[in-house]
Amino acid sequence: MIIPLSKPGTSIHTKTGEWRAMRPVINDPKCIKCGICQNYCPEGIMGTVGKVPDIDFDFCKGCSMCAIECPVKCIDMVKEER
Amino acid sequence: MYAPGHSGCPGCGPSTTLIQVTDLLGKDIIVVNATGCMEITSTLYPQSAWRVPYIHSLFENAPAVASGVAAALKAQGNDHTKVVAIGGDGSTYDIGFGSLSGMLERGDDVLYVCYDNELYANTGVQKSSATPYGAATTTTPSGKVHHGKETNRKSIVEIAAAHGIPYAASASISFIADLKMKLNKAAKMHGPRFIAVSAPCCLGAGFDGGITMKVARLQVQSRMWQLYEIEGGRLKINFKPNPPKPVDEYLSLQKRFKHLTTEEIAEIQRRTDANWERLMTLEKAWLEPAATTPKA
Repeated sequence: MIIPLSKPGTSIHTKTGEWRAMRPVINDPKCIKCGICQNYCPEGIMGTVGKVPDIDFDFCKGCSMCAIECPVKCIDMVKEER
Repeated sequence: MYAPGHSGCPGCGPSTTLIQVTDLLGKDIIVVNATGCMEITSTLYPQSAWRVPYIHSLFENAPAVASGVAAALKAQGNDHTKVVAIGGDGSTYDIGFGSLSGMLERGDDVLYVCYDNELYANTGVQKSSATPYGAATTTTPSGKVHHGKETNRKSIVEIAAAHGIPYAASASISFIADLKMKLNKAAKMHGPRFIAVSAPCCLGAGFDGGITMKVARLQVQSRMWQLYEIEGGRLKINFKPNPPKPVDEYLSLQKRFKHLTTEEIAEIQRRTDANWERLMTLEKAWLEPAATTPKA
């Protein structure tokens, strides 16, 4: 009998970073580690709250939500070049 | 607990909701998901974004399946695993409403989380009964005769609370601390619990994915979505914007409200204010029960 099951967390094999047109760049010294971008990120790939965001570019779709929500505006969106 | 690589749109509000819900509730949960955007984007066969036990059956029966899971856990003597049912506004407000009502009435030990993006985004932006007055969708288009949806949205949290359940609340994805507080509170309780989380859809409402949180925040600040909880029959408003933002500020960001005339915006403002006054009256009546009791 074949049961159509998906294994947990296997979506990581889909590298959604290929969708990205704009790339977030973090200006480290300005970051106040507030965790807002990490909480809001729809991919959940900005690292742990309390640290400078560590973006996983394999999955970042470049929605620019982090850059818009950042209270100190330390994230810039630049054109992605591959 | 919700892995990246899911196929949600860039700037998807509901995806953030699921990340927050699953991260807070932890590993010891069983997720029952109704059909909808979050089911489609998270479980593209043969992959899955879920790192917790997960079951999807149909659009209309997530609460019924969750009831069954809860009953099975009870039969096994498992009193620690939480059953979490997740549905969009389509399955919660419309298609699965019957089975949701049944689950709430039976008192099954399930936490129901509704991510409310106010339309059927997955099937191509149709109107749901969560769609607000005036919004244009593919089934309530704006033209010469009709100007978007002509009826109000359903107040699902109050309907859920009317079943006499221990906890019903509304939250917004832009107010994360408030959402976490409500999830924590609900997680510690037993019996049916209901939380509706407003999570705007950039694709369906027509705005850039980057401003999803801004739109969600303005929705609360303009009082078109209210943050409140109903615990043991008592309503408490958690956030009272003072002064509230005009609804126009929220509406003007979205393509689905672009066709509205000045009179229609004034009408939305009037309805929003009236609804807020109604909620304030309810809160007051429940906070000071003695004051409202008629004297003999």
